[in-house]
Amino acid sequence: MRNTEDRVLGVLRWAVIAIAVAVTAGPLLYGVLLSLRPFQSVVSEPLDLFPSPSELTFASYPTAMAEYGLGGNMWNSLQVAVATAGLAIVLSVLGAYAAVRLRFFGRDAVNVVFLGVYLLPGIVLAVPLFVLLSRIGLTGSLAGLVFVYVAQTVPVALYMLRTYLVAVPSSVEEAAMIDGCGRLALIRRVVLPMALPGVAATALYVFMIAWNEYLFALLFLVADRDRWTVSLGIAQLTEFSVPTTVLMAGSIAITVPVVAGFFLAQRLLVTGLTSGAEKG
Amino acid sequence: MSRREDLHGRLLVAPTMVVVLAFAVLPFLAVVLFAFLDVRLVDIPRLYLDELVFTGDNLATVWGSPRFWSAATTTITYAAASSAGAVLVGLAVALALRHPFRGRGLVRALVLVPYVLPVVAATTIWKTLLNPGYGLVNAVGTEWLGWAEPIAFLTTTSREVGPFTVPVALTTVIAFEVWKTFPLAFLFITARLQVVPGDIEEAAQIDGAGKTRTFWHLLLPQLAGVMALLAVLRFLWSFQNFNDIYLLTGGAGGTEVLAVRVYSELVVRANIGTASATGLLMTGMLLAVVAVYAWMIKREQA
Repeated sequence: MRNTEDRVLGVLRWAVIAIAVAVTAGPLLYGVLLSLRPFQSVVSEPLDLFPSPSELTFASYPTAMAEYGLGGNMWNSLQVAVATAGLAIVLSVLGAYAAVRLRFFGRDAVNVVFLGVYLLPGIVLAVPLFVLLSRIGLTGSLAGLVFVYVAQTVPVALYMLRTYLVAVPSSVEEAAMIDGCGRLALIRRVVLPMALPGVAATALYVFMIAWNEYLFALLFLVADRDRWTVSLGIAQLTEFSVPTTVLMAGSIAITVPVVAGFFLAQRLLVTGLTSGAEKG
Repeated sequence: MSRREDLHGRLLVAPTMVVVLAFAVLPFLAVVLFAFLDVRLVDIPRLYLDELVFTGDNLATVWGSPRFWSAATTTITYAAASSAGAVLVGLAVALALRHPFRGRGLVRALVLVPYVLPVVAATTIWKTLLNPGYGLVNAVGTEWLGWAEPIAFLTTTSREVGPFTVPVALTTVIAFEVWKTFPLAFLFITARLQVVPGDIEEAAQIDGAGKTRTFWHLLLPQLAGVMALLAVLRFLWSFQNFNDIYLLTGGAGGTEVLAVRVYSELVVRANIGTASATGLLMTGMLLAVVAVYAWMIKREQA
């Protein structure tokens, strides 16, 4: 009895592993392979997954970047994502430090507000933000988008950083304080260096959210092609009869920075993800 | 608390609070306001605070619209099925990867790919995979599995499969959501599995309890808490999901969820009032779920 059970479970285990790998990594591999084939051959031979050496081509990438403007869109995305990550980190380092080390009036209220923001549906906030930004003429501006992204990510960033800052021993800070170090200098010179891995992981995480974001980019920027972020750019291209090989090249191009960043900081991020989690 | 500490604390949190208030809290209050106003997008340049006219029409219109209720049903089905699916698949993969083997690190990393993939890249790849003309899934189906014709997975509302009527497009977007979110469940459940004490399990197995029984009686009760939490969180997030469905189907084929309705009221019909009313009702439903969950937790602890 025991032996059959163990054998069945053993087979099942490897089946689950094999299916999981095929299903998770498969689509990405499929995208990569399609982006390296000419469109005609994809249409006529959909089952020939691997490009033959004679048809292997990288032409879809320059076509996507230059002809369809995704290169410019990527530059916009990069600016938005870096600005969002930078601002969110500055704000959340200060906030997380206060939340961990200082007792102040209204601390609990702050937590409640953040939890609320975390739970509010993005699409609901999108309505008035869209109205507001049209009213003050900020639609079509990347700066408006950055502020929205910061507001959406700062609660998570703050929460993630808090778990890292708790681990920094406060005795070091007290010593620095006694030596006459001011609060901001203390954060910059003592706390920040000690929590640097956590700060880096949080920054990368915020960067990824901003880089991947679609809804607000769609609402704020759709009329202004020069300012499209790359997610918006690719989504807009799918509406027209753009060859799928070009779309795949674009999809792979926006994935590479994210996946590379993720693998570089995997250990840090996994800890952060399980403590903070994402809205999405 | 010292006065200096109090002041510093408030000053350090202030910038964050300003951004969050301006770009999240105030907008939400504005949604509540707009829901009771008769405003369309064209009115915005001439909208002033001193001449607002309040009305309950928006909420009444939305509440009385069959399309709202069908979207609500779709949303609940979508959120419930995809959160349950994500947790169960996450559990299966976490259990399969529980014990070390060569290459486990790599498998763990690969399994996380759907979660970090930009949503636009993921939907574009899925749309290509499922394309009726040249997509891999339909090519395999028609060439090898003997399908009579390619299936338009993302636009077909329903299809007879034997005695059942399968909502094709809805099932597809649920499958996508499970695929995209199970890695998070996998991470949480793996983290919980790592702190499960091993000795009770060993003792049970020495006493002759099979692995299946050990799982049901020893492991599952310990994982139940994190699984319930995950199911609720995933439900809340899938409930408000806009991107995935809008990018895959645009709301066609019986996949119009509440988030897509808010968007189309706002952008297609340019009616801020009904868009806000829909959003407000949607938030109300979310709050109801949160309240029920909080009540259940409280009752359990009492």
